[in-house]
Amino acid sequence: MSHEAQSEAQPEAQASGRQPQPTTHAPGAGGGREDGRIVSRRWLLFKAGIALNGLVGLVLAVPVLRYLFAPWRKDSSYKSWVSLGPADGFPAGETRLAYYQNPFRNSWDGQTDDVACYVRHIGQKQFQVFAINCAHLNCPVRWFPQSQLFMCPCHGGVYYADGSLASGPPPRGLFTYNWKVESGELQIDAGQMPTLSNTASLVYIQADRGDCPCRG
Amino acid sequence: MKPTAGRVYAWFERRLQFEGPLKDAAMHPVPSRTASWFYVFGSAAFTLLFFQIATGILLAVVYVPSAGEAWNSLNVLNHLVELGWYLRALHGWGSDFMVAVVFIHMTQVFFFGAYKFPRELTWTLGVFLLVMTLGMAFTGQVLRFDQDAYWGLGIGASILSRVPWIGGGLVHLLLGGPIIAGATLTRFFALHVFIIPGAMLLFVFLHVWMVLKLGINEWPMPGRLVRRATYVKEYEEITRKDGIPFIPGAFWRDLAFSGAIIAAVAVCAFVLGPFGPSGQPDPSIIQTVPKPDFPFLWIYTVLAYLPPQMETPFMLIAPILAIAALLAVPFLAGEGEKSWHRRPVAVLAVSSIAVFWGVLTNLGTFTPWSPHMNAWSSDPIPVRYLRTATPLVRQGAAVFQAKQCRNCHSIGGAGGLRGPALDDVATRMTMDQMRFKVVTGGGNMPAYGKNLSPAEIDALVSFLETLHPANEPPAYDAAQRALELDQPSASPAAHANSSAQGNPGP
Repeated sequence: MSHEAQSEAQPEAQASGRQPQPTTHAPGAGGGREDGRIVSRRWLLFKAGIALNGLVGLVLAVPVLRYLFAPWRKDSSYKSWVSLGPADGFPAGETRLAYYQNPFRNSWDGQTDDVACYVRHIGQKQFQVFAINCAHLNCPVRWFPQSQLFMCPCHGGVYYADGSLASGPPPRGLFTYNWKVESGELQIDAGQMPTLSNTASLVYIQADRGDCPCRG
Repeated sequence: MKPTAGRVYAWFERRLQFEGPLKDAAMHPVPSRTASWFYVFGSAAFTLLFFQIATGILLAVVYVPSAGEAWNSLNVLNHLVELGWYLRALHGWGSDFMVAVVFIHMTQVFFFGAYKFPRELTWTLGVFLLVMTLGMAFTGQVLRFDQDAYWGLGIGASILSRVPWIGGGLVHLLLGGPIIAGATLTRFFALHVFIIPGAMLLFVFLHVWMVLKLGINEWPMPGRLVRRATYVKEYEEITRKDGIPFIPGAFWRDLAFSGAIIAAVAVCAFVLGPFGPSGQPDPSIIQTVPKPDFPFLWIYTVLAYLPPQMETPFMLIAPILAIAALLAVPFLAGEGEKSWHRRPVAVLAVSSIAVFWGVLTNLGTFTPWSPHMNAWSSDPIPVRYLRTATPLVRQGAAVFQAKQCRNCHSIGGAGGLRGPALDDVATRMTMDQMRFKVVTGGGNMPAYGKNLSPAEIDALVSFLETLHPANEPPAYDAAQRALELDQPSASPAAHANSSAQGNPGP
């Protein structure tokens, strides 16, 4: 309160200080003598003007913020089941690169909708579908069938064939997609770039599997 | 002629009334010693900002901010539009020069104590201008919308995703959706073209306004301390006794240096050409080795060398701490000594940061931590290593090659640098140790126990055992050796020989 009163008093003092001098540029507004009532009414209107603009700004801020925050949605609203083609196209015991169009897309996305993933057919129609994104910083990992390893070109993260962490800086194994086989087609629950923050719906792979438990 | 020009001038001056303030700004006295080549970096950064705005607007005439078309439009600029490549090169090199000049400017201001009373706020705005300059460099790299831009965004999203609780939402905000796509490019376009430059213009105006109002920092003299009570009076004294008008006394150097910097940008752009674009932004092309632009290479290095468990706290806390520390400088040391001759901590801090930055950036240029993805299929094993090899050793060399060992281990000077070079590995490890290491991995090495058959491991270890200089025998197990020495038939020389010939082991 006191702060407001102070800021109110200061311009008033300035305004009244100027009053005695003849005003040339605004003859109609200044009028004549020092009149406390008129001055305070002007300041009241001035403040009302500020308040009006503040109110309008506040009301407009709501749609603006909702517009800006529109992409902040639940993961599930971005995801849906997409087909990777016939399940028979993935030979048992092998890991193959597969492609799909991201289900959530715009017409001007260009090639950015073409997403790749690794499909590992373990055998007996059991699959593992890995994101190509390294769990460290999202770079695309490459599969080396000779040594049965995924290697990341950025900071040297390495994963075993089952996606578990072999070495390097990643905090976990490869991200995996949920999958199902429906009428002969392998489908995955995709639509979102996997990161460490949206793994709740992704299966967590033990970081230590396949590693020597006795290593220092 | 002259009277007409004079009348036109007077007509405009009567209406604009610029003469008074401009004359004040031009003629205000500055300490004569500040007419120095050390004081030219701020004005050079100012010039570069407007150079970047001008070249940026020229590029916007052709560039298409659409994920589907941006990369194509850059190639059209590079190859089809008359001198489009040169405009791209000017903008790209202008950006690198601007980042460099801004850092040099800040270092100079810090060394000269120019952030002290009453110029604290000038420094504060400058810190934000630095952050925005780096923001422009990053968003500009994104607008290049090539593979480096795409995966750079992936790194950014990955860092943001580590924020507790709201990380997922922040990633959606950054990308404008669930993946890097059209919505991502348009929001980075808005940032790069409207939001950050707009804020920079405002901040630069205030920054320069305060330089004019508070005066250019006087040349620091050892022993002349800044005190809040007396500083303003002392500064006025200096400018009154030993001051010269800003124009032309001090300003001609600014003009000369700015001109030289722009000329340097023009020459670099002409000789070295534009940056990229590299491959198209297609995430299904995974044969790519993404790398950030020069100003961010050091971060790339830091993220390679930090222990994994320290990464998330470092990524999230270190930038905030660094900016907070910069902002705190004038409020912790707003008074006192300005001269670098009497501020050893300041000198030490800046030189250590410079050394750290230099080392990290240098490492970032050749990324010793990254596997060489094609080494296994492109770098042959030197013939001299196989000239006397037994069939088993040759088989081991083939295993070494085929199982991508070289992606991380160099041999004969070619291959990855992630793991140690193996040219003399036999002098460091016995065969048993090598076998154990190959099977179980450890440190930064994957365990190959499940991925190699016992026969392949035998062959591989036999090959590795031959990797030692001719005059240096392979390492041996001392306990084993003691047992052998008890038997008169075995001598160390014989042991070394048998190993060199590729003993398959027990």
